[in-house]
Amino acid sequence: MAIDAATVKKVARLAHIREPEDKLDALAEELNGILAWIEQLNAVDTEGVEPMTSAVATVLPMRRDEVSEGGDPARVLANAPKSDRGFFVVPKVVE
Amino acid sequence: MADIEHLTLKAATEGLKHKQFSSAELTGAHLEAIQAARPLNAFVLETPDKAMAMAKAADARLARGEGGALEGVPLGIKDLFCTEGVRTTAGSKILGDFRPTYESTVTANLFRDGAVMLGKLNLDEFAMGSSNETSAFGPVVNPWRTRGSNAALTPGGSSGGSSTAVAASLCLGATATDTGGSIRQPAAFTGTVGIKPTYGRCSRWGIVAFASSLDQAGPIAKTVEDAAILLKSMAGHDPKDSTSLDVETPDFPSFVGQPVKGLKIGVPREYRVDGMPAEIEQLWAKGVEWLKDAGCEIVEVSLPHTRYALPAYYIIAPAEASSNLARYDGMRYGLRVDADTLEEVYEATRAEGFGAEVKRRVLIGTYVLSAGYYDAYYLKALKVRRRIADDFTQAFEKVDALLTPTAPSAAFGLGDRTSDPVAMYLNDIFTVTVNLAGLPGMSVPAGLDAQGLPLGLQLIGRPLDEGTLFSLGRALELAADFTAKPERWW
Repeated sequence: MAIDAATVKKVARLAHIREPEDKLDALAEELNGILAWIEQLNAVDTEGVEPMTSAVATVLPMRRDEVSEGGDPARVLANAPKSDRGFFVVPKVVE
Repeated sequence: MADIEHLTLKAATEGLKHKQFSSAELTGAHLEAIQAARPLNAFVLETPDKAMAMAKAADARLARGEGGALEGVPLGIKDLFCTEGVRTTAGSKILGDFRPTYESTVTANLFRDGAVMLGKLNLDEFAMGSSNETSAFGPVVNPWRTRGSNAALTPGGSSGGSSTAVAASLCLGATATDTGGSIRQPAAFTGTVGIKPTYGRCSRWGIVAFASSLDQAGPIAKTVEDAAILLKSMAGHDPKDSTSLDVETPDFPSFVGQPVKGLKIGVPREYRVDGMPAEIEQLWAKGVEWLKDAGCEIVEVSLPHTRYALPAYYIIAPAEASSNLARYDGMRYGLRVDADTLEEVYEATRAEGFGAEVKRRVLIGTYVLSAGYYDAYYLKALKVRRRIADDFTQAFEKVDALLTPTAPSAAFGLGDRTSDPVAMYLNDIFTVTVNLAGLPGMSVPAGLDAQGLPLGLQLIGRPLDEGTLFSLGRALELAADFTAKPERWW
């Protein structure tokens, strides 16, 4: 399952990270090195093994479906790169 | 003010209670030490005004005969913990000047008990690294050097600021986090004590997330007892973290000094790896002898899937990271790089804000979760994770705790291992299994190598059995009698 520059480009797009064209080959080589090392997992027999999805076997607690805090837009917006009258200002989303 | 280099946190709490010195004096002395130690690059933000204000408030409570277990004790806080109104960066450029409007549960617990914050400690970017070299603020320098050399060594990572600050006596203890070894390996590299508790023991609320099923907070401290005092304050159930365990926090300090006679200690044969320095092998054998002398029974055990832990980790942790770090999109906080379209803003912001190792891991994580590869990589890794956890469950049917080396080498030179990601990942070979299984693990300084660098031994316990680790850790500490300090060159 070797990765080529085109795959890196596709994955970088999925990850929303711009990677310059001239770096794609080097990145592909790096990622292949890591993935080749990871391939050794194929040697483990995992037939019938349940995937471990949580570090501790507990049931997720449920809480009441009610508002516990809110109504403080100034705190929510305190770190916004751009805000205006209680809203986040973001680049145009719909043409 | 007395010699802070030889002052333990425990001794400081007693000195404060008996008015031998004030928190203002103690805090002031540490602030001076921090200022003098800037070449170590341990702090990314010093907060002297806040520290002195907290110290004076603590002194007022102490004067009234009040105060918590850490009243007036100055600590360093890893810059992965959100601190209200105080810049929090996660060692990354992407958070910019982010000032949380809330306090992480762990730091809130420490402050509830009277602790004083000296500043925010350097770390690998988003805690992704084993040498502190991925930090956007530059690497921390280990206060320890090899004999006769001026070469700068790594303090380990990701909690390299925490380990250096404690080793160089810049604070009486520090918060840290551990996703694959980030508390224990830096502790081993600096001659300090570090414990990663059971997953769920400490709340993750307000800690910048890396890999949520593995991340856990814990202390780095000068002694086993100090670590026990700190963990007791940090831990506790928190409804704001749904994976936080709803269990009582034991009185950890009371386990320090308890007899360990009759405990069964497992020595996993798979932890003898190729290329491990003979000195580490010898130290491990010494550790076995020390525990035998203390009355423990040593049992060889097998953890057959050990060698698969790192590759499984390097699927699971990047997968979770790629999802967790999706929130850094330049819209609500942190860096935003302007561009023509929304998509371009995302891509440009993340390209500029993330460093090379973080990008590498986000790309790996995105790849292993992408359509067509999910089963082959991610699901496979989760199944291997179960195998690794089952190995421990079986071992703990026969033994009460495990003894291993903490890391496969002593501290190495800054720049020595940055060219090969896989070689860097191998640092965590003995620690990462513990995260995958959710178990508690502690590193205790056990000796110096021939070049004068500290080495650590790791104790691994049953889930929620940190108490036994504190008893065993104290037994190792007594036997090793590790009193060496780095020679001050900064």
